[in-house]
Amino acid sequence: MRASTQGPASPATIVRSQAGLEWRLMMANGEQILLTLIIPVVLLVGLSLTEFVSLDADSRIGRLEILVPGVVALAVMSSAFTALAISTGFDRRSEAIKFLGTTPLSRTGLLMAKTIAVLGVLVVQLSVIFATALLLGWRADGTVLLAVPLIVLGTLAFAALGLALAGVLRAEATLAAANAVYVLLLLGGGVIVPSSDFPEPWSGLVSALPSAALADGLRQTMSAMPSPATLLGCSAILLFWAVVGGLVVRKWFKWTS
Amino acid sequence: MNNGAAAILLEDVGKAFGDKIALKELNLAAPAGRITGLLGPNGAGKTTALEICAGLRPASSGHVRVLGTNPWQAGAGHRAQVGVMLQSGGIWSGASAEQAVTQVARLHRNPIDPQHLLGKVHLDHVGRTPYRRLSGGEQQRVKLACAIVGRPRLAILDEPSSGLDPGTRRDIWQLIRGLREAGTTVVLSTHALEEAEELSDWIVIMDNGRCVASGTTRDLTSDPDSQTLRFRASAHLNRAALLRALPTGFELSEDTPGQYRLSGSEISPTIIASVTAWCAEHGVLAAEMTVSRRNLEQVFLEVTAQTQQATS
Repeated sequence: MRASTQGPASPATIVRSQAGLEWRLMMANGEQILLTLIIPVVLLVGLSLTEFVSLDADSRIGRLEILVPGVVALAVMSSAFTALAISTGFDRRSEAIKFLGTTPLSRTGLLMAKTIAVLGVLVVQLSVIFATALLLGWRADGTVLLAVPLIVLGTLAFAALGLALAGVLRAEATLAAANAVYVLLLLGGGVIVPSSDFPEPWSGLVSALPSAALADGLRQTMSAMPSPATLLGCSAILLFWAVVGGLVVRKWFKWTS
Repeated sequence: MNNGAAAILLEDVGKAFGDKIALKELNLAAPAGRITGLLGPNGAGKTTALEICAGLRPASSGHVRVLGTNPWQAGAGHRAQVGVMLQSGGIWSGASAEQAVTQVARLHRNPIDPQHLLGKVHLDHVGRTPYRRLSGGEQQRVKLACAIVGRPRLAILDEPSSGLDPGTRRDIWQLIRGLREAGTTVVLSTHALEEAEELSDWIVIMDNGRCVASGTTRDLTSDPDSQTLRFRASAHLNRAALLRALPTGFELSEDTPGQYRLSGSEISPTIIASVTAWCAEHGVLAAEMTVSRRNLEQVFLEVTAQTQQATS
């Protein structure tokens, strides 16, 4: 024993290495890849080449301008919310989280590592989605870089909500709820069909959802003339959901099942 | 035992889960640098006590000190010095043995080389297999490796050898003895009395949330009244006559015809010689003589039966 050199690794090493493992586990999970990569790409290709869903556009490029921000928002939702909630629920059930509570990794460190891992998954997802969109003829606008902070904010909001769900429900219930919420938001959450296309009073309600806020905000950043007021409004909605999720995690997240 | 050298010290510790009382006034000390075995029937409170020591739960009352610190409030520096093996679960089901042990190693400043450790616990051939596909015994060894890879000063192991085949269990025992030789304090719970007797320097028997006996195996089993000489001879010997040939304080019973049991104060070579001499004088052959001390199982059954009676 070399007692003098014993101790925890540095906090940065701890969070970085844990994020690396979480990322590898997410990327190695087949169901999660279906959710995070295959479904968004299939929707992007399918809905831009067909008129299966009616969108307010008369050409493929016009359809892509509506679809790309929506599919990016969907990708964020699938990995930051659904995939994160499910993997965290199962970590609770396998008691991996309980064991980690006995190691130098703090609970805050674990939540940070999981969020960083989700951002890492998003890098892969968005590379594939943007490459596909470019192949289909979509052209990035100059303001597209504005999307980056919005994506990070959206990730934080959905990650907080996903962790809140996983921390409150049992693993099986988390699995069911995370998938159900994903499908509901995909169909009626202003992701693919913009919230402004919904009839009143639904349009106002839908636009307050984190999915619509992210998709609407992304549509602004990818349009020729982004409206600062709309962007700020969308950011405020995402921030609100991030705070709500964060408070639920802080108060009710259970580390053991 | 000198409590000043205790790695774990619990004083009057109570723990309730709602109406259910898991621990009541538990007093327990685990000497530093030694292996302490925690024994007790199901529901005795062993896992609750170990989880409190591991900092996973707060005690409802009493005083808890682990390496001089209250584990519930301790930070990363303390947790780096305590390695824990949970009774059930604890490893990501999708991670391989190699990924799990390597990641836990990365949380520490000076860990054991994960590959070397996997070899020592005979997992190198399944290092890449996901944890959920490993056998029960392999999963136990992954958990043990994760508990000790950070070179802890204290290892808390909840049933480390449950579900292992005898060969693997011996290997695990060897590994646990190796920890002690390296100066690590080990506290383990077990249902296997043989394991406790084989491994532990100090034994704590728990029942109903309390410590009902503690000491070394020798302390616990050295009740002189329970030394026994068993032998076989022809049936229906004159037991009173044989007892007259011995010093006072012995009892002789014939459990089944021809099977005798002599118990009393120390069974010395002189006593054995007196029994064989008396038999020879009476033309009887005394065969299959065995001397046994009270074993831990008897002690365990006695002390846990006493608390069952006391509480009923």
